[in-house]
Amino acid sequence: MSKTIIPFGPQHPVLPEPLHLKLTVEDEVVTEVIPALGFVHRGLEKLSEIRDFHQMVQVVERVCGICSVIHAMCYCHGIEEMMGIEVPPRAKFLRVIWSELHRMQSHLLWLGLFADSFGFEALFMQFWKIREKVMDISESTTGNRVIVSVNVVGGVRRDLNSEQISWILTLLKDIEQEIGALKKTLLTDYTITKRTVGKGVLTKHQAYGIGTVGPVLRGSGVVQDTRTLGYAAFNELNFEPVVESDGDCYARTKVRFRETLQSIDLIRQAMSKIPNGEINVKVKGKPQGEVVSRVEQPRGELLYYIKANGNKNLDRLRIRTPTFANIPAILTMLPGMYLSDVPVIVLSIDPCISCTER
Amino acid sequence: MFTFTSNILKNFLSQRATRRYPFETRSPFDGARGMLLNHIEKCNLCSICAVKCPSQCITVDRKALTWECDPFACVYCGICVDACPERALYQKPEYRQVAEKREMISLKGEIKKKVKKETDNGIESE
Repeated sequence: MSKTIIPFGPQHPVLPEPLHLKLTVEDEVVTEVIPALGFVHRGLEKLSEIRDFHQMVQVVERVCGICSVIHAMCYCHGIEEMMGIEVPPRAKFLRVIWSELHRMQSHLLWLGLFADSFGFEALFMQFWKIREKVMDISESTTGNRVIVSVNVVGGVRRDLNSEQISWILTLLKDIEQEIGALKKTLLTDYTITKRTVGKGVLTKHQAYGIGTVGPVLRGSGVVQDTRTLGYAAFNELNFEPVVESDGDCYARTKVRFRETLQSIDLIRQAMSKIPNGEINVKVKGKPQGEVVSRVEQPRGELLYYIKANGNKNLDRLRIRTPTFANIPAILTMLPGMYLSDVPVIVLSIDPCISCTER
Repeated sequence: MFTFTSNILKNFLSQRATRRYPFETRSPFDGARGMLLNHIEKCNLCSICAVKCPSQCITVDRKALTWECDPFACVYCGICVDACPERALYQKPEYRQVAEKREMISLKGEIKKKVKKETDNGIESE
């Protein structure tokens, strides 16, 4: 059978963002994949030369719309470590609460998009209906729906009062119940298992070897979660990384589904343990030195390298996003799969192209 | 098989999940950060907001005594509102409506007193 080259993307119905894959196909089977990136490059790292290090918090939030809190948190951790700032304990817990809310909304968004990728529109709408409640919590507590601008160097900008906490806990109960009602459909439905089980298998050895991160790595049976390092207030919360061993699309779906419920549990724990006190400290001086900061994003480990030399502008800011680390996973998983499975497998790594290209 | 049927039946019997926008709108949350406005009579034209704004949407001219904001460049972060020493800047919970033309908000103010050399967060203004 002769080879045919099929372009997948940059504009494709299943892709929310422009990712271009050049697929070499023999008959219906993919034999080779070449990715092309760079359609939404904005040069946000370069902006650190003209925006001061306080303003950069708002810039790095815009690296990714879906996990803005976590980007800002990672950047703030780096700058705080460099300047020797001790963040108040209440601010640490508030950061955990908002970052877990973001993980929840990101996973719910993905679960919806994933259902949409194999044509289960009704399930897609159910997940997004639940996500809307998380967005409401975000808007009422932080002021904005997605890019919430709540982190600053030295702490957080908003506090939660007891009324808000009890309102959030009531909403979380509803959300947990509604997600639980969809569990049977997502994990046992014939149409879903037929499209996901055994598709895009990544063995434990392969996943570790090509340096994947996040749910892709945990779906292949490697226990690795940056939250276990105990940044912010995670060292005071009880949780185990969610791990599945099969390494296929189904395992990754299960990891993300279970992580959504885990986030609810973490928010509850954080709310029960949150101490009273200040929410931010005054920042004086300018950063100097270099630092690497790591946190766990919904898609995996996020890494910031920050270098400063005592000016208000940073010398260098390098952002390594989880999707960038997971692109090799697509290239390993796709060869040998049918063309009709490509959208499902590509979406199973939860590609965030605006993150990758910054 | 048919694991979703009960959900579909429930959706038929329950309330609609969406609104008939724009005829029916949700009232905004109290803490929402919507459009940026300036009580120009309180404003001292100190230009701290212009210095701190991450998207550089505010321009203050202390010679022409004007405060200008490009509402389409504003990212609704509220940093300027927090930084304003006179509490002149504020955000309404409502978002700005769509517009056909790109218009700048230009306000004429006056300088009432001398501006401090250094602000609380260590960034110097004029």
